[in-house]
Amino acid sequence: MKYPFPVGKSDFIQGDEAIARAAILAGCSFYAGYPITPASEIFEAMALYMPLVDGVSIQMEDELASIAAIIGASWAGAKAMTATSGPGFSLMMENLGYAIMTETPIVVVDVQRSGPSTGQPTLAAQGDVMQAIWGTHGDHSLIVLTPATVQEAFDMTIRAFNLAEKYRTPVILLTDAEVGHMRERVNIPNPEDIELVYRKLPANEEEAKYPFGDIHGDLIPPMPIFGKGYRTYVTGLTHDERGRPRTVDAEIHRKLVERIVNKIERNKEDIIDFEIFELDDADVAIVSYGIVARSAIRAVKMLRNEGVKAGLLKLNVVWPFDFEMIEKVAERVHAIYVPEMNLGQLYHLVKEGANGKARVELIPKIGGEVHTPQEIVKAVKRCEKCI
Amino acid sequence: MRKEILISGFGGQGVILASVILGRAAAVYEGLYAVQTQSYGPESRGGASRAEVVISDEPIDYPKTLHPDYAIFFSQEAYQKYLSQLKEGAVLILERDLIPRRNEEVEKNLNLKVYALPLTEIAEETTGLSLTMNILTLGFFVALTGIVSREAIEKAVLDAVPKGTEQINLKALHKGFELGEKALKGEL
Repeated sequence: MKYPFPVGKSDFIQGDEAIARAAILAGCSFYAGYPITPASEIFEAMALYMPLVDGVSIQMEDELASIAAIIGASWAGAKAMTATSGPGFSLMMENLGYAIMTETPIVVVDVQRSGPSTGQPTLAAQGDVMQAIWGTHGDHSLIVLTPATVQEAFDMTIRAFNLAEKYRTPVILLTDAEVGHMRERVNIPNPEDIELVYRKLPANEEEAKYPFGDIHGDLIPPMPIFGKGYRTYVTGLTHDERGRPRTVDAEIHRKLVERIVNKIERNKEDIIDFEIFELDDADVAIVSYGIVARSAIRAVKMLRNEGVKAGLLKLNVVWPFDFEMIEKVAERVHAIYVPEMNLGQLYHLVKEGANGKARVELIPKIGGEVHTPQEIVKAVKRCEKCI
Repeated sequence: MRKEILISGFGGQGVILASVILGRAAAVYEGLYAVQTQSYGPESRGGASRAEVVISDEPIDYPKTLHPDYAIFFSQEAYQKYLSQLKEGAVLILERDLIPRRNEEVEKNLNLKVYALPLTEIAEETTGLSLTMNILTLGFFVALTGIVSREAIEKAVLDAVPKGTEQINLKALHKGFELGEKALKGEL
């Protein structure tokens, strides 16, 4: 296959552009979207590239329709993606739940800008973390990835498609206006060197009868494809293993929803990804994700120069969340700091994970600018003094 | 070796493009690490435009400029807003005709090395097009500082400019090199 951009070499591109190229290399053949700053560059790239790789890029009337379209495309067998920012992400919440309930592999990119509402369109924030995890109603689980660099935006987009296919679930790539718009070098591998995952298909007619049944004992049912000869019911209503609506039976509901949650929770080890920096002998830990983690790395270096033994835990996946790992960190340090471009979101998960074993302090910042390393250093030192 | 470069002017002067070309020269053609970021308002032309490039020989953590080692200002507004942020001893390039009011006290206190040239006028004389001013300035900057090689910036310029404008942009770039050499020899 010929690609409409250079492969097997490095390029200097925006995070948004990297996401679009990675999607195509991951096998995405359907994109539906509605333009919005700071995610529009993803759409622009997809509109340019898709026709050249025999794919489809379509502008829908709004974000509700955009996510609906990719859910449909996924059931027709395509790897599908949409991208948006806060206001559009809010509109997608209903159908995000539909994708979870129908176990539809899709990738949704949220390039966070500062909210609420239309807020500061051109400026970055991390205000959608809890929305990405819990924004849609009802009991559920899904996967949320948080890149901090343009290379990570590229790599995690490919991973998002692989996880979506492997676990038959929506995956959110939760990035922000800084990563989306910044340019860095990206090493774009040769396509044959990229490991791709494809959803499990029914092996035969018998398997195809149970598109929502745990017939392999791995909690992930094979997914029939529309137009391949099987008759399949797909509904957001509570359904049995064959997909038929069963809306008043508590046992059927419990079994379905618990399986949907457990297929993520019981595979945490495979899904969760993090990096540690100078954490081994640390007295204080910084837990950070996305763009702010880059300021945090520098803050750790600066704190160490000033005699404070600091370390960093950088989360590349914020859901599923490794509460146990946070507790282990909390047992070894006396304080954990959580710098976030919001007024406190992941902080609450970290606090729950720390389980009282260490003090957990939020370093909030809103208004559109990333914490400077100095701001993190100052906040840590102020608190360390007051012990 | 972390070097921070701040370029600012108004929309339409090619501030962002200059920063992208510089970052590309460093990251793709010199094998260095580089991050280019930009800030902009809703208006694309006439509004304030600011771009930042951080270049380093190791991975770049914090991606923004804090105290620029180098700055290029194309407007009075940029000069006034950002002058005091510069690092002590920083190199500052100014579009002289667009920055009539200077603050000599701050320039002196920060021990800045200032190069104030009529960049737009020189660009117009060189290529007949004032909009090649950004490329000319890049040439001047690279020859003056050696932050990337001339070959690298030349390749990055050719990657970035529209087809059919290669020769005119190279002409502007080479004029910039020439001025940079003169500046190094103290002949400006």
